[in-house]
Formats: sequence, structure tokens, C-alpha cells
Amino acid sequence: MAAYRNYVIVWAVLLMLTAATVGVSYLDLGLWNAGVALGVASFKAALVALYFMHLRHEIKLVLAFALFPLLILGLIITGTLTDTLYR
Amino acid sequence: MHKGAPVPARLGIWAFLATELLLFGGLFTVYVVFRLEYPELFHREHLKLDRVMGALNTVLLLTSSLTMAVGIAAIRRGRQWVLQISLLLTLALAAGFLGIKYLEWSGDFRHGLFPESNLFFGLYFMMTGLHGLHVVLGMLVMVWLLRRARRGDFSDQYNTPVEVTGLYWHFVDLVWIYLFPLLYLIG
Repeated sequence: MAAYRNYVIVWAVLLMLTAATVGVSYLDLGLWNAGVALGVASFKAALVALYFMHLRHEIKLVLAFALFPLLILGLIITGTLTDTLYR
Repeated sequence: MHKGAPVPARLGIWAFLATELLLFGGLFTVYVVFRLEYPELFHREHLKLDRVMGALNTVLLLTSSLTMAVGIAAIRRGRQWVLQISLLLTLALAAGFLGIKYLEWSGDFRHGLFPESNLFFGLYFMMTGLHGLHVVLGMLVMVWLLRRARRGDFSDQYNTPVEVTGLYWHFVDLVWIYLFPLLYLIG
């Protein structure tokens, strides 16, 4: 039952974070709106990956398979931006 | 200790999810580029989306991830009927997600908002459409899983297809976790 309980706790935290991020979106924080929304989204994503996708207990090789594409995506986005932002 | 699908199966699905991340990643890159280039347009247009509907869909999808995770935990303990109920609930929540998406899109069309209306709505329809296709695909795989589960194919000894489908489903959830704030909250 312990596994079920952990999942329910993670789910409850995910819902609270969703409520918080929607609430914050009604405030005008300027640039911070985007920062808060993306920060909360990344925290939620980490919870889903670690608990629901079992990355918490994964072996190193599978972890590398899971994380390496994020590096590639980061390279694609920064590489594209260094072009488009400085035209 | 990980006592689930064999390592090659896990590596396989994560490799597939890598290609999926880069598929959506292309669209996310386009979003970032145009969001920085036309901030006023994105801000004005994103206000036309209903963030309550978007939030409701987020809740549905997060909950469907919970039921999927519970189903996997159950079949690892050999509880076949809990797996079947979990799969049914996951399917119902996914259908609810698509139902709300349908209401949103038909509302957009009524208000004259189409993919060709402007850059923001082009990206909005493309990204939520591609994501919706992934939800449909996940549902089809889950129907297949449910048929096999009812036949008694899965047990605490063998449940690889369930776990692999679960990883795919959580990935679809992850994409939405980013789509929701990017499109509805900070556009």
C-alpha cells in the first residue's frame, strides 16, 4: 500500500502546484510570470519523472537515456536563439 | 531495487520518448523564437484561451497519470482487477480530456479563431493537436492492454507492456505540463 500512498501524495502536490500556477497567472508580475510558470512546470515535470516514471529507482544507463535528450533539446533551443536573437 | 520491465524494454521506450521529445521540441523551439519576437501578439492572443478549461484538462491528465501509476503498482503485486479498473479510469480521464479539448476547439472556431488566424493560434492548434493525437494513440494502446488484461495475460511476473505504455502515457502528461502554462498562462 505504501506505493499507492506515495502516488496519491505526489498527485495531490501536482494538483496544488497547478492551482498555484493558475492563481499566479492572474497577477501581473511582469517577466516573473513566465519565470514562475516555467519553474512550477519544471518542478511538476520532475515529480512525474521521478515518481510516476520511476526514475527515482532507475539504473544509471536508463537515467542517461532519459536525460541526454534534454541536453540535445537545450542545445537546439539555445543554438536557434543565438541565431534568431542576433540577426 | 527496480523490479519491473527488463532493462532492454526500458531503454527501448526511453529511446522512443527521446524521439518524441525532439518532435515536440521542434515546436517548443518555434514557440520560443516567435514568443520572443512578437511578445505583444502572443500576450493579446493567449487571453482568448479559457484558462479554467485548460486547468481542468491539466487536472484530468495528472489524475490519469495517477491511475496509470497505480495500475502498474497493482499488477506488480499481481492484482489483476485493480489493473483493469485503473486502465478503465485512465481511459475515461483521457476521453474527458479530449472532450474538453473538443469543446475548446469548437468554441475557438465559432469565434473565428483558426490555425491560419495568426502565429499564436497556428502554434496553439499545431501543439495541442499533435498532443491530442498522442492522447488518442495512448487510448488505443490502453484498449489493447485492457483486452489483454481481461484475458489474464499480465501478472506480477510479466507486465512489461503495461509499464512501457505507462511511461509513454506519463510522457504525454509531461508535454501537457509545459503546454498548459506556455499557451494558457504566459502566452
